[in-house]
Amino acid sequence: MDLIVSFLICFPFLVSLLMYCIRVNKVRNAIAYVSAVIIMIAVGVLVYNWASGGCVAIQLFTETESVDKVILVAEWFIMILVTVKSFMHKRAWVSLLSIVPTIMLTMLEMNGPSLVEQPHVYIDHMAVLMCIIIGLIGGLIVIYAVGYMHGYHHHHIEFEDRRYYFFMLLFIFLGAMFGFVLSDSTLWIDLFWEITSICSFLLIGYTKTDEAIENSFRALWMNLLGGCALAIGIIYQAYFLEGNMSLQALIDSGVSGAKYATIPVALIAFAALTKAAQMPFAKWLMGAMVAPTPSSALLHSATMVKAGIYVLFRLAPAMSGTMTGLMISFIGGFTFFAASVMAIAQSDGKKVLAFSTISNLGLMVACAGVGTPETLWAGIFLMIFHAISKSLLFQNMGAVENSMHSRDVEDMDGLVYRLPRLGVFMFIGIAGMFLAPFGMLISKWSALRAAVDEGNFMLVVFICFGSATTLFYWTKWMNNLISSTTSEPIKDITKKNEIISLTIHAALMIALCLIFPVLSQNYVIPLLTEIYGSATSVLPMGVLYILVIVIVAIFVVPFIVFKYANKIRTNEKLSYMNGINTGTNDAFVDAFGEEKPMTISNWYFKDFFGQRKLMVPCEVVTTVFLIIMLVRVIGGVLA
Amino acid sequence: MIDILIRVIIFLVAAPILGGLLDGLDRIISARMQGRIGPPLLQPFYDVSKLFQKQTIAVSKSQSLLIQMFFFTQIFTGCLFMAGFDIMLCFFILSTGATFLVFAGAVTHSPYSSMGASRELLQMLSYEPAILMTCLGFYLAAGTFKVEELVLSDYSLIVYLPGFFVAYVFSLTIKMRKSPFDLSTSHHPHQELVKGITTEIGSRNLAFYFITEWYENIFLLGVVALFIINKNPWSILAAVIVVLLICFLETLIDNTSARMKWDKMLTLTWIVTLVSAGTNLLVLMLIK
Amino acid sequence: MAKVKRSPWLLHYDGSSCNGCDIEVLACLTPVYDAERFGIQNTGDPMQADILLITGGINAQNQAVVKQLYDQMPRPKVVVAVGVCACTGGVFKDTYNILGGADTTVPVDIYVPGCAARPQAIIDGIVKAVELFQMHMDNHEEFLKNPDEYMRKNHPEVELKKGDE
Repeated sequence: MDLIVSFLICFPFLVSLLMYCIRVNKVRNAIAYVSAVIIMIAVGVLVYNWASGGCVAIQLFTETESVDKVILVAEWFIMILVTVKSFMHKRAWVSLLSIVPTIMLTMLEMNGPSLVEQPHVYIDHMAVLMCIIIGLIGGLIVIYAVGYMHGYHHHHIEFEDRRYYFFMLLFIFLGAMFGFVLSDSTLWIDLFWEITSICSFLLIGYTKTDEAIENSFRALWMNLLGGCALAIGIIYQAYFLEGNMSLQALIDSGVSGAKYATIPVALIAFAALTKAAQMPFAKWLMGAMVAPTPSSALLHSATMVKAGIYVLFRLAPAMSGTMTGLMISFIGGFTFFAASVMAIAQSDGKKVLAFSTISNLGLMVACAGVGTPETLWAGIFLMIFHAISKSLLFQNMGAVENSMHSRDVEDMDGLVYRLPRLGVFMFIGIAGMFLAPFGMLISKWSALRAAVDEGNFMLVVFICFGSATTLFYWTKWMNNLISSTTSEPIKDITKKNEIISLTIHAALMIALCLIFPVLSQNYVIPLLTEIYGSATSVLPMGVLYILVIVIVAIFVVPFIVFKYANKIRTNEKLSYMNGINTGTNDAFVDAFGEEKPMTISNWYFKDFFGQRKLMVPCEVVTTVFLIIMLVRVIGGVLA
Repeated sequence: MIDILIRVIIFLVAAPILGGLLDGLDRIISARMQGRIGPPLLQPFYDVSKLFQKQTIAVSKSQSLLIQMFFFTQIFTGCLFMAGFDIMLCFFILSTGATFLVFAGAVTHSPYSSMGASRELLQMLSYEPAILMTCLGFYLAAGTFKVEELVLSDYSLIVYLPGFFVAYVFSLTIKMRKSPFDLSTSHHPHQELVKGITTEIGSRNLAFYFITEWYENIFLLGVVALFIINKNPWSILAAVIVVLLICFLETLIDNTSARMKWDKMLTLTWIVTLVSAGTNLLVLMLIK
Repeated sequence: MAKVKRSPWLLHYDGSSCNGCDIEVLACLTPVYDAERFGIQNTGDPMQADILLITGGINAQNQAVVKQLYDQMPRPKVVVAVGVCACTGGVFKDTYNILGGADTTVPVDIYVPGCAARPQAIIDGIVKAVELFQMHMDNHEEFLKNPDEYMRKNHPEVELKKGDE
């Protein structure tokens, strides 16, 4: 077990070194493939070992003095990197956000209370679940990225081809994520946290355009701000828990109602908000869209943002019923609603995806904030479904953009007919995001129910209204995908490896919908039992099985009827355009007797729901709320 | 198990008949309000039977499939309701069905029906919060989502849920496509949007659409009855009376108001939902 | 099977009329005449209509439109020309742009004369059209068996398109 854990964390770092050194594309691509597969296998081995040990929580690495030194060095390295970068781009103040926490932590290790010897790695259901998500989806994204980046640099010759750099970052990212979810020591967590922040910063700035640099620095300072909060939280913990740096220990004392645990929990939760791109900090995720698609997929679905969610899920029992919990659930609920409203006004496909990510993360954050077993059940399923469907959608968006040279939703009219493979994948992904029998909706439902049980009025209202807006912008998009068209099919230039990744994602999505009840019974319930001591499914199993039946019935029955009805001869008519249809359904005869093309566009309500109009007020509201709540939480303890 | 089956079968048979009769009644009452005699009571059935006999037409083939899906999901919703399952589940599946209708409108890529589909979506955006909150209201008042347990409560649930009732009836006006909220399509022909979302739906498909609408209306009115019914058998009579009153109210509103603009509809519905259902929810949360 | 004649739905098309007949057509639906008693509805959508009501003559501009609307209606269908202009071209008959009555473009089954046609006459025409509609429906089986034969016998003026059944 020791071996496989250290392999999972170190191997991606080694591969990233290789990626940087090898400048021959073919060789590097081959190594990337092999390493991605090896990572997936390693995760498989980890799961197997852990499961054959009876699925109990395992603690490892108690003696780690030399590793701790490496970690300290790494933190200094990151600090220097950030400082250099921020001075280079004339944003020196950003470096402060890195220098301060690093020095504070160094001081802590030099002069602080002597640290208790305790295990640094903790493997339980939650960590294993995260490992599976990161390994599987992250690995697939790497496979996809090989093909995608080839096409990307083919089309965007204006950008310097730095694929070696790109793949290096991807693998560092994966390694850091594994380290992050497997660590129990908050000092370790802090390092991996900083690494992911830096990686996202470098990935967003990959194209080196002004916009990219601007956005990358926004991402950097927001994440580093979270890092500061995390560092302060860690120092508090070190003093009050007398050198015990275990996250589990902190959570346990938080659950037992220890007063001093409140501050570190609140600060770490605050840090998680920045990582999970919640409302006052949502902008960095929007800016991250300028990066090449695999990195946005990686940032959005599999890793980065899920890191914040993961921490909040861990802290959930400690936050349940506290002021911190209230703060987190309000911010989450508000973000869920506000981001889904703003998504309505977007026509850039990737931006819609980004807003929907923020919005769904908001729901997960809210679930964690309420912190009961029921909401956590909902949150975990949301996370699983969201990881797969978003990763599918982002990769698909990239592939569509490569083929169609546009990612505007308005240009996707009849995509199912023009680019059949990608169109259908996109349809599946979107259906998974919100349509009734699929997973996301079940989670939303149980979240709603749990929120009512908790008496959390604001959250209930946010979820009710947010579901409606979510339905609106997705259906709008799907309408475009399926509307019939007479325009020419587009040449599908998607690479084979991209298709492999997409197919696996789509298959996973469908499989997950079908085995949903089994997964709940055999994995998520034990996971919750591990955290809370006891847990029951929020929704009765009967309901879950009915849902599975519904999925099958809704699609199979009409299909059979349709096949039968196809025998009845149907007369195809022209669409109704007051009798002036030219005969193609796509054009009409105008007043001068000339042919005019007919275009149909969706509603976006830019003046009503636009980002420009809503973003600033939302940020102000959440910032003020966040400050007030933090002051109350911390003041309540210190007073 | 057997009694569930019987209830479902009764629903399958009786709902379209009742729905059609209510539709006919609505047309007669509308006509009387306008000083006309109006069509015979069975007119909706004549219409549907004629539509089935006409030549099958479609603008795009997938239209039939989507209408079929709409048809099955809405019937399935009603069956679940009758079988006493989760009310929330019913509404989720109902909105999936409504999504299929939107698809059926959009798939043709024709100006009127696409516009109708967009407006239908906008209507969903308006009424969805009210409907979700109504389900939660039931849960808070009776402690269960299950329809079979909701009907056995001690008091009529409307006692706890007056605000939710108002919000629900308000969104019912949208759901039943009554003016002033008949943006996407209306029962009154000849208007600026032609027949809105149903413009490209003709003959057989239109017949399916009508039958689906009857099933849907009966389900929606069933939820109105759910507010009234309690363990006292006489409450069923009261529920029937309330349902008929609501139907009359909808017809009255339909005939006395002009169509609203979309932004008015959205803000109005959301405000009503927030004020009446929201206040009610808050009060319930405090006293429970 | 209920009689289809109980549910005739109209599509009203205004050619180049002076709007006199159109007012009268709408008058049929008002409380005084209340055509809905017979299940008559003015749909405004060819996909759902059974009876095409044309007022006014046909000109070069609207000929294609009328033809397309007629084509979009599902079978069986009946065409009623309302007013003298729709019947023959009326007073406009010899103007440069008028091609003539509705029957220059689509096969007209019922002619309702008058300038403008009286509501009573229009309703009378529609009732006749309804009977014809029922007859067509009864013959629909026969039509389906051999469309070419049937059309040659009953509508020699219409050319049957492929797949139009």
